[in-house]
Amino acid sequence: MKHSSVNLASDPDRSEDGCMPGKGRFSVSEKEISKDLIEGRKGYDEKVAKGLSRQPEMKEVFTTGGGIPLERLYTPLDLENLDYCRDLGFPGSYPFTRGVQPTMFRGRFWTMRQYAGFATAAESNARYRYLLQQGQTGLSVAFDLPTQIGYDSDHPMARGEVGKVGVAIDSLADMETLFKEIPLGKASTSMTINAPAAVLLAMYIAVGEKQGVGPGELSGTIQNDILKEYIARGTYIFPPKPSMRLITDIFGFCSDNVPKWNTISISGYHIREAGSTASQEVAFTLADGLAYVEAAVDAGLDPNVFGQRLSFFFNAHNDFLEEVAKFRAARRLWAKLMKERIGVTEPKAMMLRFHTQTAGSTLTAQQPENNIVRVAIQALASVMGGTQSLHTNSFDEALALPTEKSVGIALKTQQIIAHESGATCTVDPLAGSYAVESLTNEIERQAMEYINKIDEIGGMLVAIEKGYPQQQIQDAAYQYQRAVENDDRIVVGVNKFQVEENGEGRDLLRVDPSVGENQKKALQAMKQGRDNVLVKNRLDSIRSAAKDESVNLMPSIIDAVRVYATEGEICGVLREEFGEYRENIVL
Amino acid sequence: MSERRIRVIVAKPGLDGHDRGAKVVARALRDAGMEVIYTGLRQTPESIVETAIQEDADAIGISILSGAHEHYFGEIIRLLKSKNAEDIIVFGGGVIPDGDIPRLLEMGAGAIFGPGTSTKKCIEWIEKTVEEKRRKES
Repeated sequence: MKHSSVNLASDPDRSEDGCMPGKGRFSVSEKEISKDLIEGRKGYDEKVAKGLSRQPEMKEVFTTGGGIPLERLYTPLDLENLDYCRDLGFPGSYPFTRGVQPTMFRGRFWTMRQYAGFATAAESNARYRYLLQQGQTGLSVAFDLPTQIGYDSDHPMARGEVGKVGVAIDSLADMETLFKEIPLGKASTSMTINAPAAVLLAMYIAVGEKQGVGPGELSGTIQNDILKEYIARGTYIFPPKPSMRLITDIFGFCSDNVPKWNTISISGYHIREAGSTASQEVAFTLADGLAYVEAAVDAGLDPNVFGQRLSFFFNAHNDFLEEVAKFRAARRLWAKLMKERIGVTEPKAMMLRFHTQTAGSTLTAQQPENNIVRVAIQALASVMGGTQSLHTNSFDEALALPTEKSVGIALKTQQIIAHESGATCTVDPLAGSYAVESLTNEIERQAMEYINKIDEIGGMLVAIEKGYPQQQIQDAAYQYQRAVENDDRIVVGVNKFQVEENGEGRDLLRVDPSVGENQKKALQAMKQGRDNVLVKNRLDSIRSAAKDESVNLMPSIIDAVRVYATEGEICGVLREEFGEYRENIVL
Repeated sequence: MSERRIRVIVAKPGLDGHDRGAKVVARALRDAGMEVIYTGLRQTPESIVETAIQEDADAIGISILSGAHEHYFGEIIRLLKSKNAEDIIVFGGGVIPDGDIPRLLEMGAGAIFGPGTSTKKCIEWIEKTVEEKRRKES
């Protein structure tokens, strides 16, 4: 497929808000790039050089967390080629560097959406109602690993795992319990589910039906991003080709039937957690995005339509300036790629809307209260980067799922930023910072280099097969570990400022093993109580649909979940038809 | 007599897909001169033990971040016993609360290296423990 190269240097089109190219330059007027500035800079550099022997800096080179060297000082000289209208523009307009909505947090705060779920649907439902009562504004469902991998709670592979990292959902019955007393017509629900996303979406639609809420009124997101599973997260089921078919089926089905639903959350969070740098996080996420867009276009869908319902998911890591720059770079680069490479004309389909989660991998088991501070800084970076939705980690999550108390603090962190910090009162407040704009440019440049490399390899699907992103990520992870062990990178409480601690008495959330046993019993009882002939018929319909690529799988999956076919049964049929992915071990 | 290189299986049992730590450890052990076999994801206790025995491994390192550590450590140790392969040292890490460590050690794990442990510490412990084991055996 031919792609026009993305032109980072100039855009001859007038942007939609009327900025004339060449005019509307950054506030640096020609006068400012003056002799005075150049000489002043020289003077500063000489003064520093003289003083360095007496007062050296603490490091030879200062870099961002992602390895980008940081200048001692940034000035207008670093942004000579910045054109305000071309490179920054206005919030809500191409290239969306400054945000996807004109008023951003003055109009509405980001959605405060804490990822939650554990043990049974009943216990998770209670946690959701607690969080809603405490002021969170969106739901986010964490499923256990058997559910994420399409196994029922009674499957041999589910042993020991039921309810441990999220809620166990075997059938519509569990889903109904999960959303008890939560009106789906008023809620916005994000579900972290990938390989079996079609099934969980079908269940959500069925629960809505039972509540009298039509699919047209449902608001939410499914993660549904299989490529990052192969790269960094590991909860895949089927091989790439049928997985992409499932994804484009969901795009098509939702465009027609569930128009307010975000059909995918193209994720960089996990790529970063696996050890990538910030630039790699942007690059591999957007490259995944391009693969999905191209697959959907090949399947006959209109990117101006489905493009509006793509969403993204990024990490909020430690390096404050780099993270703010990263979010802005991602927005600008995606807009350019959608416009110039894919040929999208609808501005709404060029917008990178995203959810953020603070970086789990930065949480320490040592002195866990320090994590409250880490999360606050990371959360602030995501707000100043213009996120649409945010999950803040709880301080005990290096050790276990959050308790009610610890998740309360995490939510309050967002509320304090929203109501007390003032960071929300003006849009994209760090725009214009010489350092932040320089970093934004550099991250975009580096990300595009990776994307070009992936193009050379043959696109993201081939790159994953060849192990390219996996190798990049692992190398970065290994370098990080060496830096920590050499004390080149300090982790407070771990390699510096340690304290003797006894962690045994901590109040941590535990999932009782009886959860697995009880879930199995409930599943058995449910199976006995349903119309098993009807279930078999519905499963057979899924099988027929699976065999025919021209048939959208969603309707038959919804039909099956309505009659209480289990997730494991449905995925079992799909496993038989599609096969299972074999990991490409890259070490 | 030349010393046989230490051979370690680094394993990911169960459904947990977080492999950053396992891969970093595997690589660090390899850089320290050990022979490392990394199993990849979705291993069963049976396949892990089978591999360890077939490969004549000195140790198995188990990585679990899914909260299922008691189950998997227990199963692997039980299987090693049942196959008379108790001389294979078992260690591991992941998301394992301090309060759970005594139970794992009781079950037969040699050491648990939790979040924040350096690979250096891991390597030193493996070298020391394997040396002791070999001394006893000879």
